[in-house]
Amino acid sequence: MSDHDKIYSTKFQDKIERNTLLMFVLTAVAVAVGGIVEIVPLFYLPNTGMCQNDPTCNNTQHKDLQGNAIPMDKIIWNPATSAHKTLADWQPGDGVRPYTALETAGRHVYIREGCFLCHSQMIRPFRDEKDRYGHYSIAEESMYDHTYQWGSKRTGPDIARVGGKYSDEWHRKHLKYPRDVVPESVMPNFFFLEKNPVDTVKLTKTLEVMTQMPFNPVPKTIYTDAYIAGAAKEVEGKTEMDAVIAYLQSLGNHVKFEEGVNYRD
Amino acid sequence: MEAKQATPVKYDMDVVRWFTIMAVVYAVVGTLIGVYVASELAFPFLNFDIPEITFGRLRPLHTNAVIFAFGGCVLMATGFYIVQRTGATKLWSNTMAWFTFYGWNLIIVLAVITLPLGMSSGKEYAELPWWVDIMIAVVWLSYGLNYIMTIGIRKTSHIYVSNWFTMGMIVMITYLHVVNSLAIPVDMATAYSIYSGVQDAMIQWWWGHNAVGFYLTGGFLGIMYYFIPKQSGRPVFSYRLSVLHFWTLTFGYVWLGAHHLQYTALPDWTGSLGAAISLSMIIPSWGGAMNGMMTLSGAWDKLRTDYILRFLVTAMAFYAMSTFDGPVMAIKSVNALSHYTDWTVGHVHAGALGWMSMISFGAIYHMVKKLWNTEMYSDKLVNVHFWVALIGAVTYVVAMWVSGIMQGLMWRDYDEFGTLTYTFVESVSAMHPYYVMRAVGGAIFNLGTWIMLYNVIMTVRQAGAVRGVNAVAAKA
Repeated sequence: MSDHDKIYSTKFQDKIERNTLLMFVLTAVAVAVGGIVEIVPLFYLPNTGMCQNDPTCNNTQHKDLQGNAIPMDKIIWNPATSAHKTLADWQPGDGVRPYTALETAGRHVYIREGCFLCHSQMIRPFRDEKDRYGHYSIAEESMYDHTYQWGSKRTGPDIARVGGKYSDEWHRKHLKYPRDVVPESVMPNFFFLEKNPVDTVKLTKTLEVMTQMPFNPVPKTIYTDAYIAGAAKEVEGKTEMDAVIAYLQSLGNHVKFEEGVNYRD
Repeated sequence: MEAKQATPVKYDMDVVRWFTIMAVVYAVVGTLIGVYVASELAFPFLNFDIPEITFGRLRPLHTNAVIFAFGGCVLMATGFYIVQRTGATKLWSNTMAWFTFYGWNLIIVLAVITLPLGMSSGKEYAELPWWVDIMIAVVWLSYGLNYIMTIGIRKTSHIYVSNWFTMGMIVMITYLHVVNSLAIPVDMATAYSIYSGVQDAMIQWWWGHNAVGFYLTGGFLGIMYYFIPKQSGRPVFSYRLSVLHFWTLTFGYVWLGAHHLQYTALPDWTGSLGAAISLSMIIPSWGGAMNGMMTLSGAWDKLRTDYILRFLVTAMAFYAMSTFDGPVMAIKSVNALSHYTDWTVGHVHAGALGWMSMISFGAIYHMVKKLWNTEMYSDKLVNVHFWVALIGAVTYVVAMWVSGIMQGLMWRDYDEFGTLTYTFVESVSAMHPYYVMRAVGGAIFNLGTWIMLYNVIMTVRQAGAVRGVNAVAAKA
């Protein structure tokens, strides 16, 4: 008897090892399971910021200290129920909203320059992070972030709530030549952003694309046809520097958080 | 097994030769860019106010160059080498293998052009623009199809263990790349993921960690299971352990991505599940590492004289260390400290420099000798490369471990008045010496790749006219 016929493991394992198709299929099944278990529920469970066509966001319920459910339109801005009806009227605390035209252009620059490689946008529920950066981030806050920007590394500080912390003028100086403002910084100089005008063709197309997303698209009631058509006009004369600053100033002040409320359960 | 392999098979090894050469070239280039971006963090003036070479644009080029250019060429060279020899057959399609070669290298050229221009998709380790993603899918499938069909036409009865791991990698990377790259294009430079926030984060790290798990680990375990036995002339220590190693890793590794998202806005159970499975992965990982190392049992003396074997065995030591480091970092209370710090960078490089690169270098030297049917131009230089690489890797990893833990401790430190002891920027300036040390470690490691390039070029030149070697099938 040659060693071809000797079984060193089990009959089943031996069968797999002799059959390319069987091994291929079993491997393809084995590697699929973990991903399905961890990913698919995130599209159906509450507290995942999945809010498309469903104002309850898969029955997400944040309860205030009295135990009453906080209406979801306090968390996510809804022009229909809010006192402020348009992106221009929106005020910090009105709830999570999509980015304005200028901010959207700035967000593109943020991604292009690889800012996410050194700055996170995800505050964890720890005492030091609260003291340093502010309230922990919640799922709804990044629901419109197509290509999420949470990051994985803090070579620089977290900027999930940087909006409103510094003046526009500080950001301008800092972005141009970071070491003029913070001598120990290792951030590259982004002075060249001031020379580039905002790409309005790209911007208009981006706003359109955001309304076409299969998951969490921006509602057409917010990015109305008129808003998209007027976007190029709105950013006229603005540079990429203005756009990035607008984006940074929009981060983290959308939701008015109440002290002591658990927003993650 | 012997009987069927009596007739020598003329393998398709030209494409393997070229993948091997390109792997050596990309090892030099990829680590060189790495040294440069590391230096930018130590000395920011090195950004030179040129947008194309700022850290944010160059860092993706470094990761893509080492993972997809260097790692990819190693995997394709060794893959095509192993699948032919263990199956005692030619490739299913030599033409398609050349398509894979040119396609893959074209993608690398496009990465070198698009990434410095800022055409980033904004997803770590998947930064390439959407149309390059489509090309990657096509070329990857051409590799996968050819590989699996070659297994299909093998002359041997059983599929060798290396090919299980490579098959697992081929399937998984296809899933990951396709699902993670789904995006709506705005123009040639820009596309936005169809997922957002929580879902995008989970899918990104499902991709991110399994690119490590199946590409940088699974694929390279395939290399380990072939080249350690071949180089040492000993059979794999335990066949049963390899069966356990393969199935547990293949089923279990997929779950780990969630450990990158602990304490984030994801539901808590995902991170906890990721942590639990991460811890249990110590068992197959260490089983595999033992299997590789114990293959040498009874032949440990070879380490004194066989420099190639040194690479292969040191790689196993780093593999064992990284697969201990990783699960520890996945424990939630440890992750609270380590996440967002250089510790992660140190962990990745312990794997990338110590495990993945070492096993690759060993495999490359082994293959160069066989492919050109010659001895190395200089065995001494192989030894020099080994020590240089080891010193470089250890310097790098130690620097990042120290800086990472220090960073984490500084961020969370409170003084006696209950206020934060350090501002963020104090932690940045405290990192400076370690960033310098990291750049030095990387430079030392890079020097080793130049030595390998020189040695390989001289070896190929010395082999000269010897072409089309009649190789004999492996007794796999």
